[in-house]
Amino acid sequence: MAAIPAEFSSAPVLPKWVVPVLLLAFAYGVVPLIGSSYLFEAILLPFLALSLAGVGLNILTGYAGQVSLGSAAFMAAGAFAAYNFNLRVEGLPLIGSIFLAGIVAAAIGIVFGLPSLRLRGFYLAVSTLAAQFFVQWALTKFSWFSNDSASGVIDAPRLSISGFALDGAVGRYFFALTIVAVLTFLAHRLVSSQTGRNLIAVRDNETAARIIGIPVLKTKLLAFAISSFIIGVAGVIWAFAYLRTVEPAGFNLDRSFQILFIIIIGGLASIRGAFFGAALIVVFPLALSRLGGFLLGDVFDSGVLDMSQRIVLGALIILFLILEPDGLVALWDRIRRRLLLAWQTT
Amino acid sequence: MTFLSTIKAAALSAAMIVSVALPAAHADEQYFPLQSYRVGPYAAGGTGFFGGFIDYLNLINIRDGGVNGVKLTWDECETQYEVERGVECYERQKSHAGAAAWNPLSVGIAYAMIDRITADKVPLITVNHGRTDSTDGRVFPYVFPLLLNPYSETSGIVNYIASKEGGIDKLKGKKIVVLYHGSPYGKETIPIYELLAQKYGFTVQQIEVPHPGNEQQSQWLTIRRAKPDFVVLRGWGVMNPVALKTAVKVGYPVDHIVGNVWSNSEEDVIPAGDAAKGYTAITTQASGNAYPVVQEIVKTVYGAGKGNLEDKARIGSVYHNLGIVNGILNVEAIRVAQEKFGHRTLTGDEVRWGFEHLKLDPAKVEALGAKDLFHSINVSWDNHEGEGYVTFQQWDGKKWNVVSDWIAPDWALLRPIIEKSAEAYAAEKGIKLRTAADADAVATN
Repeated sequence: MAAIPAEFSSAPVLPKWVVPVLLLAFAYGVVPLIGSSYLFEAILLPFLALSLAGVGLNILTGYAGQVSLGSAAFMAAGAFAAYNFNLRVEGLPLIGSIFLAGIVAAAIGIVFGLPSLRLRGFYLAVSTLAAQFFVQWALTKFSWFSNDSASGVIDAPRLSISGFALDGAVGRYFFALTIVAVLTFLAHRLVSSQTGRNLIAVRDNETAARIIGIPVLKTKLLAFAISSFIIGVAGVIWAFAYLRTVEPAGFNLDRSFQILFIIIIGGLASIRGAFFGAALIVVFPLALSRLGGFLLGDVFDSGVLDMSQRIVLGALIILFLILEPDGLVALWDRIRRRLLLAWQTT
Repeated sequence: MTFLSTIKAAALSAAMIVSVALPAAHADEQYFPLQSYRVGPYAAGGTGFFGGFIDYLNLINIRDGGVNGVKLTWDECETQYEVERGVECYERQKSHAGAAAWNPLSVGIAYAMIDRITADKVPLITVNHGRTDSTDGRVFPYVFPLLLNPYSETSGIVNYIASKEGGIDKLKGKKIVVLYHGSPYGKETIPIYELLAQKYGFTVQQIEVPHPGNEQQSQWLTIRRAKPDFVVLRGWGVMNPVALKTAVKVGYPVDHIVGNVWSNSEEDVIPAGDAAKGYTAITTQASGNAYPVVQEIVKTVYGAGKGNLEDKARIGSVYHNLGIVNGILNVEAIRVAQEKFGHRTLTGDEVRWGFEHLKLDPAKVEALGAKDLFHSINVSWDNHEGEGYVTFQQWDGKKWNVVSDWIAPDWALLRPIIEKSAEAYAAEKGIKLRTAADADAVATN
């Protein structure tokens, strides 16, 4: 093992679990004490929901190599399914309806994943568009899904787990954080298991994977099912914890693109990447808009500011991707390695 | 004291120090958080409405030095008519002291805000739109669909069609198509059209146009097959000119299309060109700049170079005038509340009390320089709409001409439906119905 450079071999190596555990301890222990309602309602809740959706899509697109433009549809399926389970099944605990909602989203994911057995790349992306349009159409067309509400908007039910109300901003944050942490952990375990390696094998070379005995069809459908399950639960967080009211149009094609960009910018085939990407997509526009409003709010109206923010955001994303096509995760790793190196040499 | 609560106390006191150190809101300022939209598919409505609103607030500040000396302030947060941006803006702007009322001009955003503003006790104004059953102040203490809720609008349109046909009994056997925008706003009236169709014996077919509505070929081919006597256009933004142009393309007569209150502006008809000539639409506020209050805005606000509209030709347009009317309603509600609570910065709940006692009869409207701009309003603690009157205007290719008197919608018919819907909401949410005594209890902090 002579290939290991000297500076790395002497680097202090932390066990892998330390950083996530520290982050979780910070998220549970410190953030609720110092955070304002704005931080929870406008930043952390959408960040958690979109991160989880990113984790889900990353399993499908990053690990298994199946491009999907139907993420928002699976989110919508999850949100509306959880609403209906909660409404129509007496005595079902909230966690139960969320789990069942994930199952419903997974089932829909499998159905729309079937074309992946024949189609690849852009053709598959186009066929997942069908999911996007079909789900939105069905939710709009059949008012049963929104309990015949006149405007098609559903109100999220009260959040409570075994009698413990989670209605405040911090309560909803804990609710979202717990679900995201558990599902992210499971996703992490999955991608480092045999199934995870199967996914990567199918992505890298389908024929080779088939030859070494990986059940390609089963693996692809499994990827669709797991990914849709996670995205469906992300939809529940979006609807129940973040917006508290949902209409089908809130889960449109733009949202699907947003989730796809999250994993591309964050880093494909990386669990951390989804969180990096979501942080950029959620926080960056807000930071820009506040900065713009603070600096130039008196000079220009909000429309001009918003337009210029879009230009800046777009330019920065292009710059990021040129500097590091493998996403923010690779950028982060590179910076960390440099810092470590600098620390070693001093 | 445990360790955690020590930290919490430290963090809180740090926050207090910071907030004291920052310039606190001046003692006599009243703040309007404006969740406006100046970009995106609905920018025409947003710039006109918020332009008019800001112009009126500026007029009050410049001409009167504020409301009884209380200066009006505001800032804008861009929503692009998107719910999650609206929520973000709400969270951003709510920390500002002295908020009077929220005016998001979006049904979707308003829905998402109902729980939040109710907890914060600040009124939410959805002038001419919003959630119909929020008219019932017993269930929705802080939501005000002022002037015209969607059901009243529907009743007004059906009554107008009846008058064109020669009476309400002539509606029997007629066919009406409603072409609606695929959004919470667009869908709001589906049940009431069904109900009125049953009651008056006409058939109704409701066709959705997906947001934003720039492609309507298939919808209009369906309409051509259905051969309706009238088409009601319940559009918004770019959907409206496209509807009028496509109607001409499939050969449907434009003078049998009746626009609703969000399909009635210059921005809806000018892009359609000749296709819009003869098109009629409902309105609560006439267009034009001849009204004294609009003239004062031109003179005082635009004269001082503080006008909000970039294109001065839009002064007195439908959306601009609606913004002005909305400004009048908000400012007068503050005035009413100030008479009761004192000439100072009011709390949201005090402004809510002001809205619930907002009564502007035609004489008062004339005194405000808005005679014929809008008719009157009469809000009470349990009727948050306030019995606005409607009129109809026809586009002649250059301007809108009023073609009807002020018409009263059939409130008596609608009220039981609204109450039923509101009570169902209250039961679902576990809300206790408010009484007149509850409405008089006002939170002063």
